[in-house]
Amino acid sequence: MTPTVDDPQAHGLTRVGGRPPLGEYLRGVAQRKDFIVSLAKFRIEAENQRQRLGMLWIVLKPILNAAVFGIVFGILMASTKNVPDFVAFLIIGVFMFEFFSACMGSGSKSITSNQALVQSLAFPRMALPISVVVQKFLQLVPTVGLLMVFLVLMGHMPSWNWLLMIPLTALYFLFCLGVAFITARLTVHLPDLSNLLPFITRFFFYTTGIFFSFDIRFEGMPKLLQIVEYQPVYAFLSLSRELLLDSDPLYDVRMQFWPIIAVWSIGLLVIGTVFFWAAEERYGRVD
Amino acid sequence: MVASTESHETSGTSEERRPVVVVQDLHVEYRVFATGKRATDADRGGLLHRAKRTRTVHALKGISFTAYENDSIGIIGSNGSGKSTLMRAITGLTPATRGAIYASSRPSMLGVGAALIKQLSGQRNVILGGLALGFSKAEVEERYDEIVDFAGIRPFIDLPMRAYSSGMTARLKFAIATIRNHEILIVDEALAVGDRKFRKRSEERIREIRDNAGTVFLVSHSMRSIRDTCNRVIWIEKGELIMDGDPDEVIAAYEETR
Repeated sequence: MTPTVDDPQAHGLTRVGGRPPLGEYLRGVAQRKDFIVSLAKFRIEAENQRQRLGMLWIVLKPILNAAVFGIVFGILMASTKNVPDFVAFLIIGVFMFEFFSACMGSGSKSITSNQALVQSLAFPRMALPISVVVQKFLQLVPTVGLLMVFLVLMGHMPSWNWLLMIPLTALYFLFCLGVAFITARLTVHLPDLSNLLPFITRFFFYTTGIFFSFDIRFEGMPKLLQIVEYQPVYAFLSLSRELLLDSDPLYDVRMQFWPIIAVWSIGLLVIGTVFFWAAEERYGRVD
Repeated sequence: MVASTESHETSGTSEERRPVVVVQDLHVEYRVFATGKRATDADRGGLLHRAKRTRTVHALKGISFTAYENDSIGIIGSNGSGKSTLMRAITGLTPATRGAIYASSRPSMLGVGAALIKQLSGQRNVILGGLALGFSKAEVEERYDEIVDFAGIRPFIDLPMRAYSSGMTARLKFAIATIRNHEILIVDEALAVGDRKFRKRSEERIREIRDNAGTVFLVSHSMRSIRDTCNRVIWIEKGELIMDGDPDEVIAAYEETR
């Protein structure tokens, strides 16, 4: 039995479920900004709601993190004695790295762990990874504030350079957004990736120079040091240290980091956006 | 000359009812990883052969129909017949493997549960649910009181949703989901929520939406609610359309097979 069907186009009907062109898609994402921001805020609230210290955990976690690394690498291993202002060096690294690893970790799961939501409501899926990065960013901002308080307590006086942390964090936000878009889509195609990503994050952690200084460790190898400067996370972290500290020639600002992080951020964001959008129809599929 | 005037005439008087959803030879296939053992030894493969162990589930096998303005269509069929897949395909959430669906506007599903966070208060969830449906913050705030009163949970609005009874949760979800005026609406067994009092109110609300909306699809196992609300019934079995027509006739035929 084949029922006759009216010609749909003749009645001005449009096809359901097609992917809109990129410009229209991004406008759709922009219309959902209230949803994106509220979802991010409410998730932070939900995370901390059952804990007695509540929101305080946003700043307590990185402090404890830094304390553990400080004890392990600063005292037990004692391999880093020659890094000037090691404690400041370490906490800037740990606090700033946390944002990248959180965005990569939760961002990669932003579609796969929200399958029910994706399958029941129609909205541009890009809202989900954006919301994750916004959530982590809202947690980063008070952390950076706390970081500055620590630095003052340790005797590092604020300088005009501290203001440059604002454009730096903004670029860092865009960079991590790009990372989240790419990993979110990849995890949909390859769920195994969610097992692999923690190792990649850890690899980044140990090779980015969080608790040791590349410049000191590889002092005699200028070529290598030059190459390392192009590693984006290293560039973000080093530049943060150089902006915030000025107690040693090691922390002289290397201006070449600015174009490096700018190109990485914008580049990855553009690539990530297109990459994520291209598979829009795929995210609701059950298989 | 004669031919052209004729064609003018037909296009002028052709349709008294405007089609709003057209489903054309719709096929949906899922590929799923088969877990568990194969029946015969010959099929056994090692780790490396794992990728081949996928099974294709042919959930819909060539469904075609047209829904018109002001239709309320009941979808019936036994469990696993493909009803929910069809509804998800109509909203565009599940892509068609073959065939296509056309609609005059994007059909929306009556369901918002997945967007809510149960650790948070009802108040937060009303806002979050409204935003998830595509309202702006101001629009949600405008409708806030209406939602809370309809759900009848005002005294508990500050409690986290995990403290709600299942009935209260269902009422809240229903109240949030129905604030929108939908041109094409899909209701999946939603009439069965809550106690008798709320069911009555929710049925009223559905009827109201139907009057404003235009076209409603109702997926339900309750023949009573389908008879009460629908003017047309589609019966699906194993991914195929068995019957499409008057509710009494289709339901009678369906119940004969049980």
